[in-house]
Amino acid sequence: MSAAIRVQGLVKQFRQVRALNDIDLEIKQGEFFGLLGPNGAGKTTLISILAGLTHATHGKAEIMGFDVARDYRRSRRALGMVPQELVYDPFFTARETLRLQSGYFGIRKNDDWIDHILDHLGLTEHADKNMRTLSGGMKRRVLVAQALVHKPPVIVLDEPTAGVDVDLRQTLWEFIRSLNREGHTVVLTTHYLEEAETLCERIAMLKQGRVVALDSTRNLLSRRHEHQACLTLDGMPPAELGLKTGAGGTWVYVFQEYAQLEPMLAAIRKAGLTVQEMQLAEPDLEDVFTEIIRNS
Amino acid sequence: MTAFSTLLYKELLRFWKVAFQTVLAPVITAMLYLLIFSHVLEERVQVYPGISYTTFLVPGLIMMSMLQNAFANSSSSLIQSKITGNIVFVLVAPLSYLEFFSAYMLASVIRGLVVGIGVGLVTVWFTELPLLHPVWLIFFTALSTGILAALGIVAGMWAEKFDQLAAFQNFLIMPLTFLSGVFYSIHSLPDFWQAASHWNPVFYMIDGFRWGFFGLSDIPPATSLLVVAVCFVAISGFTLLLLKRGYKLRH
Ligand SMILES: Nc1ncnc2c1ncn2[C@@H]1O[C@H](COP(=O)(O)OP(=O)(O)OP(=O)(O)O)[C@@H](O)[C@H]1O
Ligand SMILES: [Mg+2]
Repeated sequence: MSAAIRVQGLVKQFRQVRALNDIDLEIKQGEFFGLLGPNGAGKTTLISILAGLTHATHGKAEIMGFDVARDYRRSRRALGMVPQELVYDPFFTARETLRLQSGYFGIRKNDDWIDHILDHLGLTEHADKNMRTLSGGMKRRVLVAQALVHKPPVIVLDEPTAGVDVDLRQTLWEFIRSLNREGHTVVLTTHYLEEAETLCERIAMLKQGRVVALDSTRNLLSRRHEHQACLTLDGMPPAELGLKTGAGGTWVYVFQEYAQLEPMLAAIRKAGLTVQEMQLAEPDLEDVFTEIIRNS
Repeated sequence: MTAFSTLLYKELLRFWKVAFQTVLAPVITAMLYLLIFSHVLEERVQVYPGISYTTFLVPGLIMMSMLQNAFANSSSSLIQSKITGNIVFVLVAPLSYLEFFSAYMLASVIRGLVVGIGVGLVTVWFTELPLLHPVWLIFFTALSTGILAALGIVAGMWAEKFDQLAAFQNFLIMPLTFLSGVFYSIHSLPDFWQAASHWNPVFYMIDGFRWGFFGLSDIPPATSLLVVAVCFVAISGFTLLLLKRGYKLRH
């Protein structure tokens, strides 16, 4: 079985800027994959090469085994891309936009599927409004819908939730997840790391055009072993316990193993204090991300 | 075929939805030219014996309107799509550059034709036009609007801002169309400008088109048709080459 996306030695040079610097990446069919990185890391450039919007300087890229340059018709049919920029054609309504997009992909009668997508993206009641009159979030939904008209096996979303309300995020992810369960490969970029953490099985982190981390989300998260307990006490803990002051008069205890927690609580009891409230915080993707990006 | 016909349909819809500006406005402009020039020059100028100045003017005006609108259609559509960014919808689709080219060209040719027919209908009130060689008219129309449509594609690809496109229009298209003998016969020009006119492809388009109506021309019509056809092939080839490379479309 060919990979959903395979990228080898990919380099993109824009005049002075080397946007991609020798990227190798393989995303398997059916994966839910996250592409993370700070602004300017090269995420959009990589996606643009996959979609054929940009030519690579060196290296090659394939979608479902089809080379994006040589076999562009088949590679483009296999890919649905939601662009980062909020673009639309002010001449048309949402439904007209989707019909045209179907036509560009050679699909003549697509109304059932279009209705289905419109419904799942909460667009049904806006379907016949001119694109110009839709709100930003609604335009974003139409962009997502446009990427799906041809039922592509691989779906790439470049910051699909930027500027989108909580409600749509939920419905959007539910819909994308159901597509993923049906076998579609999903690649997503986002700056909301908790989104990537809950959705993606595997994550690549880009920095200055290089892949600086590539691992399963679980492995990435377990790279940081620190846990934190945030305690509210009824007095000053002795200094030798090593508690740091936290927000709102709380005390923070940082530890590596849960086995360390009980002795600490015992020490607090021994000092004649009681724990009035306690919250545990796990390391999240944001911590891991910050550390990896800083250290690479 | 569906992909091509959808793009063609979209391009047609794009100008038809604003037909007020894209069809009616140029027809009115042409009518104003006709009103003013024929009023001023009718008694003073006679280019060909037995043909009034107004009658002489009409074919040139029709052709000029068709050319300008064929150019305007492809160029403005492309630059708008580039600036608003919605060109990506077409670029991510599995369309070949040949399909892309044909759809933009055909839509522009049709816009030119619609405007040309509009101008033709309006001029019926001013003069009665003989129609001697209709088949030649079709050839001259198709090839000439095709050339300007292709030029429009090139200009739309090249320009990054609207003022660059306006420059292309003002410094190339307008002079070429105005200095082509729409309003006069080049025989009334000084020698230098007469010679210069022979380097202007639009001159052959107008001259041949006029021959289709009256059977009178400055240049043998077969020569004109040959020049226009060669230009069509050359500019189309050039445009296709740029499209194939994705010039300023795919970075
Ligand atoms: N068309 C272009 N011409 C010149 N430089 C470009 C072009 N497109 C991108 N770049 C540069 O390439 C680098 C990578 O940009 P890219 O848009 O891929 O980043 P990104 O990871 O998507 O960032 P963001 O999170 O801000 O969307 C940046 O330095 C950017 O300035
Ligand atoms: Mg980006």
